[in-house]
Amino acid sequence: MIISLFGAIESGLIYAIMALGVYLSFRILDFPDLTVDGSFVTGAAVAAMLIVNGTSPVIASLMAALAGFVAGCLTGVLHTKGKINPLLAGIIMMTALYSINLRILGQPTLSMLNETTLFQQIESLWAATGIDAFFNGILTSMGLDQTPSTWIIVFSMILVTLIIKLLTDYFLKTDVGLALRATGNNQKMIRSFSANTDTLIVAGIGLSNALVALSGGLVAQLGGFADVNMGIGMIIIGLASVIIGESIFGVKSIARATLAVIGGAIIYRIFVTMALRADFLETGDMKLITAILVVAALITPKIIQARNEQKRRAQKKAELLQQKAREV
Amino acid sequence: MLQLQDIAITFNENTPDEKRALRSIDLELQKGEFVTVIGSNGAGKSTMMNVISGNMEPDVGSIIVNDKEVVNLPEYKRSHFIGRVFQDPMAGTAPAMTIEENLAMAFTRNKKRKLKPGVTKKRRELFKEYLATLNLGLENRLTAKVGLLSGGERQALSLLMATFTEPDILLLDEHTAALDPSRAQLIIDITRDVVSKFDLTTLMVTHNMQQALDLGDRLLMMDKGEVILDIPKDEKDKLTIEDLMQEFQKKQGSDFESDRAILG
Repeated sequence: MIISLFGAIESGLIYAIMALGVYLSFRILDFPDLTVDGSFVTGAAVAAMLIVNGTSPVIASLMAALAGFVAGCLTGVLHTKGKINPLLAGIIMMTALYSINLRILGQPTLSMLNETTLFQQIESLWAATGIDAFFNGILTSMGLDQTPSTWIIVFSMILVTLIIKLLTDYFLKTDVGLALRATGNNQKMIRSFSANTDTLIVAGIGLSNALVALSGGLVAQLGGFADVNMGIGMIIIGLASVIIGESIFGVKSIARATLAVIGGAIIYRIFVTMALRADFLETGDMKLITAILVVAALITPKIIQARNEQKRRAQKKAELLQQKAREV
Repeated sequence: MLQLQDIAITFNENTPDEKRALRSIDLELQKGEFVTVIGSNGAGKSTMMNVISGNMEPDVGSIIVNDKEVVNLPEYKRSHFIGRVFQDPMAGTAPAMTIEENLAMAFTRNKKRKLKPGVTKKRRELFKEYLATLNLGLENRLTAKVGLLSGGERQALSLLMATFTEPDILLLDEHTAALDPSRAQLIIDITRDVVSKFDLTTLMVTHNMQQALDLGDRLLMMDKGEVILDIPKDEKDKLTIEDLMQEFQKKQGSDFESDRAILG
């Protein structure tokens, strides 16, 4: 149990980067970008292919992000210059990327089992410090008999995800970032203040997919393989993270919203892990669980709000009746 | 400062819906001139504004701002030096962003936007000063989302955002039409103040004849895509609404059709 929870947090932190990307397109630009399903795999494929061919894992991860950026920009161009509906532009790109990803991989699944990934590099540096033993010692003394094999992945991913979050927060408050947010909020307005909304959309969707692809590259390295189908339903997972996070942690400010997205990604992973432990559910049911989860996260706040409103009205009515009764 | 030469635009050409929205408009505005434009619905007032701002491309003609041909510049490039306030109070601001963020975007309209913080201490002080001139207390609500403001407050903010960088041209497109009379008067007062303070070359479209007579130093009347009357300041000051109606009748041989123009 503890081990699988730990694993959920580990991968939740990596998927959080993807969720931040989805947040950029879906919330900031108000652009429902389905490229994500393809660009996630592109990131994984580029990273895996480069690592198998002997590139350093750090550079491979950065190249994955770059590939995602290019893919996202293309979606942006399809929408802005080609005047294609955002959903359709994303689907077109996603479909095209499937073939491209297959070409990059050269086969449906590319394994990195015999290669050194980013995480293995960090782990080997880490192992010498003996900190794992220390933390596991704490867990053992708390009476837990199972302990995670390493803590460094969680620590390093917290660091990386936090840095990306802080950079995103900073960027969205710069002059360019403000113009980007206005593009998602009121295009007519920001055009009348000399912002080229087409360029901003292209760059914004590019950035979003760069994060998604970076996440894909890291997920591939954590799992030790890249698979051409690993991106199916990724946009829904991203949306689930964004929506769950927002409804639990709130969206008062940009910094709060990005934190909420990361929290949402981790909670989603934990939830799925728990669900899969139920005996009657199988691994293949995960997409269904995700879909139900998104629907629940979308509808529940509205139901609660409607119920509160009803309660408030009933109360008002009762008060009014009481008042009248007293007057009589 | 602003010159329109032979501007013409036809919508749905060669179809039954063909509409000649502007037919050969020639117009010249001197620097600092404040021109009001009236005309019935479909006279081409808004189309003229859209053509000047770059939102629409004319079929023929040229637009010269500050001795530079701008007819081929896209809207976002022209807005470096053309400020605009729309009729819809929702149109000129970004509702999900704060007052100071909106002002920051307006502040950088004639600068290159960089990866530096948009709201700095220095800018915030400047914004406070500008907001204080509106007398709406907005200077104390810098971090409030603009979506929370009333229509009048939003329009006042839009007006400030469109003007405080002192654009070469200011376009006001019926910017009080969506407000109740007292709010409209407030916006008109602010308009008068900022236009004279920054000495802005202004073109203001209005449905309200009284407004058109009270404000500005030149009045244009448009009908069916043409400027049919061009009244200079000294003549305009003596004019009444009735005079304007009569002039219209004389020129066009029909009654000025819009009731809204009288009552609004």
